[in-house]
Amino acid sequence: MPAAKSPKKPNTSKEELLKYYREMLLIRRFEEKAGQLYGMGLIGGFCHLYIGQEAVVVGLEAAASEGDKRVTSYRDHGHMLACGMDPKGVMAELTGREGGYSKGKGGSMHMFSTEKHFYGGHGIVGAQVPIGAGLAFADRYLETGGVTFTYFGDGAANQGQVYETYNMAELWDLPVVFVIENNQYAMGTSVQRSTKSPSLWERGAAYGIEGEEVDGMDVLAVKAAGEKAVKHCRAGKGPYILEMKTYRYRGHSMSDPAKYRTREEVQKIREERDAIEHVRELLLQGKHAGEDELKAIDKETKDIVNAAAEFARESPEPSLDELWTEIYA
Amino acid sequence: MATEILMPALSPTMEEGTLAKWLVKEGDEVKSGDILAEIETDKATMEFEAVDEGTVGKILIDEGTEGVKVNTPIAVMVEEGERAEDIDTSASKDSAPADDTSDKDTDTAKPMSAQPAAAMPEPEPVEDPEVPEGTEMKTQTVREALRDAMAEEMRGDDTVFLMGEEVAEYQGAYKVSQGLLDEFGAKRVIDTPITEHGFTGVATGAAMGGLRPIVEFMTWNFAMQAIDQIINTAAKTRYMSGGQMSVPVVFRGANGAAARVGAQHSQDYAAWYAQIPGLHVAMPYSAADAKGLLKTAIRGDTPVVFLENELLYGQSFEVPDLDDYTVPFGKARIWQKGDDVTLVSFGIGMKYALEAAEKLAEDGISAEVIDLRTLRPMDTKTVIESVKKTNRCVTVEEGWPVSSIGGTISSVLMQQAFDYLDAPVITCTGKDVPMPYAANLEKHALVTTDEVIEAVKTVTYK
Ligand SMILES: Cc1ncc(C[n+]2csc(CCOP(=O)(O)OP(=O)(O)O)c2C)c(N)n1
Ligand SMILES: [Mg+2]
Repeated sequence: MPAAKSPKKPNTSKEELLKYYREMLLIRRFEEKAGQLYGMGLIGGFCHLYIGQEAVVVGLEAAASEGDKRVTSYRDHGHMLACGMDPKGVMAELTGREGGYSKGKGGSMHMFSTEKHFYGGHGIVGAQVPIGAGLAFADRYLETGGVTFTYFGDGAANQGQVYETYNMAELWDLPVVFVIENNQYAMGTSVQRSTKSPSLWERGAAYGIEGEEVDGMDVLAVKAAGEKAVKHCRAGKGPYILEMKTYRYRGHSMSDPAKYRTREEVQKIREERDAIEHVRELLLQGKHAGEDELKAIDKETKDIVNAAAEFARESPEPSLDELWTEIYA
Repeated sequence: MATEILMPALSPTMEEGTLAKWLVKEGDEVKSGDILAEIETDKATMEFEAVDEGTVGKILIDEGTEGVKVNTPIAVMVEEGERAEDIDTSASKDSAPADDTSDKDTDTAKPMSAQPAAAMPEPEPVEDPEVPEGTEMKTQTVREALRDAMAEEMRGDDTVFLMGEEVAEYQGAYKVSQGLLDEFGAKRVIDTPITEHGFTGVATGAAMGGLRPIVEFMTWNFAMQAIDQIINTAAKTRYMSGGQMSVPVVFRGANGAAARVGAQHSQDYAAWYAQIPGLHVAMPYSAADAKGLLKTAIRGDTPVVFLENELLYGQSFEVPDLDDYTVPFGKARIWQKGDDVTLVSFGIGMKYALEAAEKLAEDGISAEVIDLRTLRPMDTKTVIESVKKTNRCVTVEEGWPVSSIGGTISSVLMQQAFDYLDAPVITCTGKDVPMPYAANLEKHALVTTDEVIEAVKTVTYK
């Protein structure tokens, strides 16, 4: 089945489109700034940028309700911004400062917000998948009606614990949406070089889990698929799988020379499938917004990101006592 | 407004690099995403992209320049209406702070690989029984030595093969397997999906089936996904089968903390695996030992856990230029003879031990420095003999303090050299906390040279 595309004349509103535009742009500008700060040595270690994949989290957050949970891998900055976490706190965690979400102790890959029901930020490929099912287990047990969005990559989709989780999630009708962010590469390994499965979502069928493939570069298609999945989960029908066809524009992390694909391949997707450009065109063509209005949004977004970077540079390093705190309850 | 383009940090460990090539020239217009230059780090050549749009006003660092410090201005971008000439002065003015930062290390022009070696304290040469007198030495990084060990053993034995994530086409996540795919082909250098538990089991089965697999874990942190196969199958099968079957597999990869990669990626497994009967465990420090021990590991019939270190990969050492240099397991190397205290370490811990020994020498304290090299079997005999002479011992390791390698050595000394000890053994270890990300906290979480010096002063009552 080809990826579901949004209809030619999408059933959406100006407000909705502007909201997606803003949210996706915020992620992109934030990530570009993070890349810059990394280059300057203000961010250390691993730093995995989300540029190119913005429509996935923005579309799915639009399908989520208050109280729903989310959990993902180390490529987590976009997820945090999309669920409403403060760009300042996220950026300050990237620089390892007191003002960061984990007071500088977690870093880019390990951030959490109980307030926004964001359960991390996990550095071990695939490990967040059973965690997501466990969160859903708690929701079912406590009858909260909540749904958990469990994000993982195409590479992670080959880990054994994913399939152990599928089995239990379906067996116990857990309200979890498994979101495979298929950006076509796991570090330098393309999907074609890591599996002969024709599609990743269809593997769920072996466990009785329904799912579908979605154009992850089209925020409206993502949102529509997300609503369907959430409805399925909330109706008590168990888990649902969404395989988002998306693409990462930057290297795997900051130190990836990216020799495994051509610049032309990246350029072509940027030019033809870019999620932000897509919404921009819908706005302009539908005469929902003029260039000036969009320019103003660009400027506001840059200001937010610059303020976050400023905060992240100014915030002090954690006090040395922090080394010994928060190890035990 | 003119903006400076600064030399970027392109990996967690990069401090300087070579500006290999400019792909733009002065006057070119660039937009976000265009490649500006190619920059060589210690690991790879990276493309460096523009973040903003603008015009290349001036190139400040010529291509081919080596040892360009991170954050040095390398070019100036101008916006519409500005001219490069207008920004000349501001650029040279702005570059001053970057120069200031480089005075920590005045030797800017030196190529990267040469630097760590020069920073290493020169050990008093101690005879190596594995190296015949008059053997030529060549300078190699630990990374190259490991690659050569695998290549030599693969040339000599068709059943040896390498598998792991990104080992083939990507040439290794840390470039240890560079060139192996070219030489040995895809049958013997195999990229796996990200399925540690699965491929560890497959390798273990292949070893039972008559092959000699080398499994590369991208880092040992990820081998926790696979630890069941390592311990419950690989380590125990020979015993459980009454000696019918061996499992000749080598599990290798980067172990311990790198730099700023946080709690889930910074863990030392030395003490974990050293506890397991049925395994051999090596944790080399120098390139020569990395090479000699890995060759021994591949040839042996016992499953081996081979713990490398990302921060050591790029360091250079002298390696004997022999056709077949092997190092036996269970024999420590005495790096430096001394009389006042015995410093026992292994792997990256040796860096702290040797630095401390050098500084202690300035204070007139003579330390004997022992590199265990393998933790199972462990050469406690050499340690005991040394302590009989020095009567004091300090151990150094990066791992956690509880049930540590140092703890084991200290109990061995108490049981077998009690009468020779003039002070309690002090174990210097990493702090008893998960690894924090923040730069200042990380420094404190690791064992430090100062702590080793402090410990030596305590046991020598100085
Ligand atoms: C268990 C484990 N194995 C290996 C790694 C190293 N690693 C980090 S990310 C990655 C690739 C994952 O690719 P994918 O799941 O497609 O996610 P993406 O990075 O594309 O978002 C690998 C191999 C890890 N962190 N954890
Ligand atoms: Mg991927």
